[in-house]
Amino acid sequence: MALIASFITQGLQMLLVLALAPLLVGFTRKVKARLLRRRGPSIIQPYRDLLRLIRKEAVIAENASWLFRVSPYLIFAATWVAAALVPTFATNLQFSWTADLIVITALLGSARFMLALAGMDVGTSFGGIGSSREIMFASIAEPAMLLVVFTLALVAGSTQLSAIADFMVSHASLRVSLGLALAALIIVALAENSRIPVDNPATHLELTMVHEAMVLEYSGRHLAVIEFAAALKLLLYVSLIACLFAPWGIALTGNAVSAYVVGALSYVGKLAVGGLLLALFETSIAKMRVFRVPDFIGIALMLGLLGVLLLFVSGSF
Amino acid sequence: MNGLALDIAHLLAGSMVLVSFLLLYQDRMFALLNIFALQAIVLSASIAWQAYIQDAPHLYVPALIALLLKGIVIPLALRRVVIKLGIHREIETVVGIGPTMLLGIGLVALSMVIMLKATSTADPLAREDLAFALSVLLLGLLMMVTRRNAVSQIIGFMSLENGLILAATGAKGMPLVVEISIAFSVLVAFIVIGIFLFRIRERFDTVELEALDASRGERP
Amino acid sequence: MTSLAIALASIAGLFATSILAVALSKLPSRNRVVYSAAALACIALLAVGLLRLGAANGEADAVMTLPIGLPWLGIHLRMDALSAFFLAVINLGGFGASIYGIGYGEHEESPGRVLPFFPAFLAGMNLVLLADDAFSFLVSWEFMSLASWAMVMAHHQEAETRRAGYVYLLMAGFGSLALLLTFGLLAGPTGHYAFITMRAGEHDTISAGLILILALIGAGSKAGLVPLHAWLPLAHPAAPSHVSALMSGVMTKVAVYGFIRIVFDLLGTPPWWASLLVLIVGSVTAVLGVLQALMERDLKRLLAYSTIENIGVIFIGLGLALAFQENAMPAAAALALTAALFHALNHSLFKSLLFFGSGAVLTATHERDLDRLGGLIHRMPVTAFLFLAGSMAISALPPLNGFVSEWLTFQAVLLSPNIPQWSLKVLVPAVGGVLALAAALAAACFVRAYGIVFLGRPRSAAAAKAVEVDRYSLAAMVMPALLCLLAGLFPGPIIDAIGPTVRSIIGAQMPVQSALPWYTIIPIAESRSSYNGLLVFLFITISTLIAVEVLHRFASRAVRRAPAWDCGYPDPSPLTQYSAASASQPIRRVFAGSLLHARETVEMPPPGSSEPARFRLALKDVIWETIYAPIPRVIAASALRLDRFQFLTIRQYLSLVFAALVILLLGLAIWP
Repeated sequence: MALIASFITQGLQMLLVLALAPLLVGFTRKVKARLLRRRGPSIIQPYRDLLRLIRKEAVIAENASWLFRVSPYLIFAATWVAAALVPTFATNLQFSWTADLIVITALLGSARFMLALAGMDVGTSFGGIGSSREIMFASIAEPAMLLVVFTLALVAGSTQLSAIADFMVSHASLRVSLGLALAALIIVALAENSRIPVDNPATHLELTMVHEAMVLEYSGRHLAVIEFAAALKLLLYVSLIACLFAPWGIALTGNAVSAYVVGALSYVGKLAVGGLLLALFETSIAKMRVFRVPDFIGIALMLGLLGVLLLFVSGSF
Repeated sequence: MNGLALDIAHLLAGSMVLVSFLLLYQDRMFALLNIFALQAIVLSASIAWQAYIQDAPHLYVPALIALLLKGIVIPLALRRVVIKLGIHREIETVVGIGPTMLLGIGLVALSMVIMLKATSTADPLAREDLAFALSVLLLGLLMMVTRRNAVSQIIGFMSLENGLILAATGAKGMPLVVEISIAFSVLVAFIVIGIFLFRIRERFDTVELEALDASRGERP
Repeated sequence: MTSLAIALASIAGLFATSILAVALSKLPSRNRVVYSAAALACIALLAVGLLRLGAANGEADAVMTLPIGLPWLGIHLRMDALSAFFLAVINLGGFGASIYGIGYGEHEESPGRVLPFFPAFLAGMNLVLLADDAFSFLVSWEFMSLASWAMVMAHHQEAETRRAGYVYLLMAGFGSLALLLTFGLLAGPTGHYAFITMRAGEHDTISAGLILILALIGAGSKAGLVPLHAWLPLAHPAAPSHVSALMSGVMTKVAVYGFIRIVFDLLGTPPWWASLLVLIVGSVTAVLGVLQALMERDLKRLLAYSTIENIGVIFIGLGLALAFQENAMPAAAALALTAALFHALNHSLFKSLLFFGSGAVLTATHERDLDRLGGLIHRMPVTAFLFLAGSMAISALPPLNGFVSEWLTFQAVLLSPNIPQWSLKVLVPAVGGVLALAAALAAACFVRAYGIVFLGRPRSAAAAKAVEVDRYSLAAMVMPALLCLLAGLFPGPIIDAIGPTVRSIIGAQMPVQSALPWYTIIPIAESRSSYNGLLVFLFITISTLIAVEVLHRFASRAVRRAPAWDCGYPDPSPLTQYSAASASQPIRRVFAGSLLHARETVEMPPPGSSEPARFRLALKDVIWETIYAPIPRVIAASALRLDRFQFLTIRQYLSLVFAALVILLLGLAIWP
């Protein structure tokens, strides 16, 4: 019985992240528009966009290879699996022991690997520009992310997300190294999701674009899948920050059904706060030049290193 | 309660280090001034918190001084200086930002190791607070070394001094007079350096300190 | 005993094959015969190694003494768990290279320069692993070096190859000298050259430190540790591709074996700074290697630089193991050493695969220059798919094998805050960051390499006309690719197989993993960390299938082929694609400016002129310029000084001899 319930929660989570991901994007866009005194598109516009895209025919460049057609599905699958393994409304799901935080980071790395290759597949200059810049950003953001993971793992004594979340719920306290890790994680999240100031998710035909340049040749259902994966990734990072640094309300193992309801409600609330803060941040800051971005992500690397160093040197924590 | 209070003090001290790093990272004049103001505000909050948890009301005075003088007056004054001198463009750093950051991390590690080794019997949080203060001091020094512009050197100097105050308030029982005198010495230093800035500009048409080397006969 | 005899017989078979290769020089099918025989011998040796690993923990080591070699010494041979593990790694790679050689060797212009040396090279490597005294170790080590050198020089008509061979020979000689001195110190003034007596010897701190440094130089120069790596990117690519695979994937592992044997086994207690030194050298090697690989235009040389990076990662694992060992943390040391050995196995698999792939590209196009390749995924689909698998494995992406060893190393890093030394406390987090940086840069490196070689449009006529390679080459590539996947999905049994080796060195091993459900691996405790490659793979597969199924049911299935969009400005010239230099430009600007002295200059034509603008890129190998380039100058200068001694009078010569004699006597008098 417990096993079945646990399978059901895991399944629910997989569907929940799918259902909420476009909503988060729509919500963020709406808030941004309102902040700019525009009316903005409806909050469910991303769903309509996805539907429209999958109804259209896919136009593929003449010299695109099989890799170009397979990549979107692999990117989507890797991101979905990663997103499904991050605790959202409950910890210790059925399969949470499959992968720890390092694996989730690496799964996103796999998705990026495929995306960067897909960008180079057609052999256009835009694809190349996007891929080469994406791998440069990643080469700084990924170590920064791993240093954040190290910090959390050293504090909580585990790299398992559920264990870390449980620890944060039971041993809540203020720590300098955790503050550094949070700042670093936010910077990494901005960079990984191609948000301002690293990249602009709303631009097209701009020389500084990165993510859009890689997916320039995609259309129809392939584009829909990639857009969906991007939305999932944003959701993943917001859930990650929420479950690591604001784990309040999350349902623990063996809790009653009501706890799960509370968990789900608080999760939606946290997503809304995350989207709101993201929109606020993005409207208050300008996009950077590409070669200033390494310095910006470099801060995350530095903060992560500082956090780990603090924990290593002063064994007091 | 006590644990949480100490945690907050510790967090504030840690944020001082963080803001020092932000100072190192900035390469625009106005942003630099804003961050410096932020550092002063964090410092003031830290002192005030120490006053609260140590139950030492005389510490509120330096907190207020830090807030008013360094958080508001000096940044505003420097802002006017910068506008007058017309140097609100990018700061030229001697060393790139990346290496500077790495150096900074090395300095933090160094101060950690030294402090924890030197005071092995004290309370771990107090030791770390001291280490943070030392880091802020060293980072201020690093900033003075790696920047060419006189204004950013002033800021480096004052951030160094912030580190001193942080150390002083963390250690219980620093006399009030000393703190106030430190605060005023900074003010004097600011005025003196400010006057010098204008004099330098009048003479050499620049505030790049390397331009002064020529008049010392170091460069042909 | 019998297993050792079988191993010896196989090695003898390899030598016989060498001789046969010379004798049968007229036989048309000589290529096939030689490589098949080598493959058979490798299988036998592989089986011997695997059987020893699979045997119960308590089995005594097989020992044998042959009455040949030096009088009164003979040749001592021994097979313990450590040699058995490396026997398995090396002969797995050797088997793949032999199969590949059956197909690839047909295209060789001068097979007489490769065939006799190939089995001899394999035999030399195997003998190093079995040697149980310093004399036979050094002789087989030299034999291995010389045989590989001969194959590097197979294409001696090219000036670049001759330079590579020259540098290789010098460095190999230098490395052997260091090893000779190492063994001299290990044996001590009264010692014996058999390993068993060396193991019993006691060393004071100074000689232990010297032994460590000399071993690091001797084994490290063969493995490619910075700054002793200079020969590796020259020599490895110069050889035929299957030999490159052997040198990069396998011979570097012999060097790792040598280091482990000397430092962990023979030396006993290394000095306290051993871990510090190894960690620093490993980190520098990892980052510099991968950065050089990112800047490289030559496909095979890129792979050689990437080998340097992986050696750095292995040595980081070894350094962590040393650090834990000296602080009496056997469980953590076992984890770190397992990670290092696992990575050694993984690297031998995917590096062989990638070198085979580069050989296939070379056969099909006769090109190694990235800027003359492109679009091969259309012309060589199988090679492209397999090369992709290798690239993903080496980039440490789950669910392939490279990720598992990287993950284990990270877990070892996370155990290190308990180390009491301050220097290590500060260094280890930085090493963790460096490891992550190297992994991310490796992924970047292989996105670039794969994207330029296999994707896009062909950049030369040769690339446009490429055809898929022969079946033997493909089969040789399928095997490591499959193993990469399997080792990624089922890491538990492999960790268990490494267990006895680790136990024989550290005295502890990781907990048994095979018993865990679903092939999960749990290095320390379930509450700490666990990873299940199989389930991750299954989840990704199922999710992909769901996505494909749903979309094909509900979405439009129409596909139209059209010219590339490219923001409305598609250009028919393949030169408008990103090139090797431009794909690495962002990373070059961020990292290589200070580390590799990358300088870009753009020469604009004067206004009104119709000349093209020129872009120049200058990279400087800092280590070559600061360490290697001055050597000839110093030698020349000192030779000039010493030249005077050629023209002394007899009285002066006599006084020189007399002074030397007196100084020696004085030394003897002062010596305690």
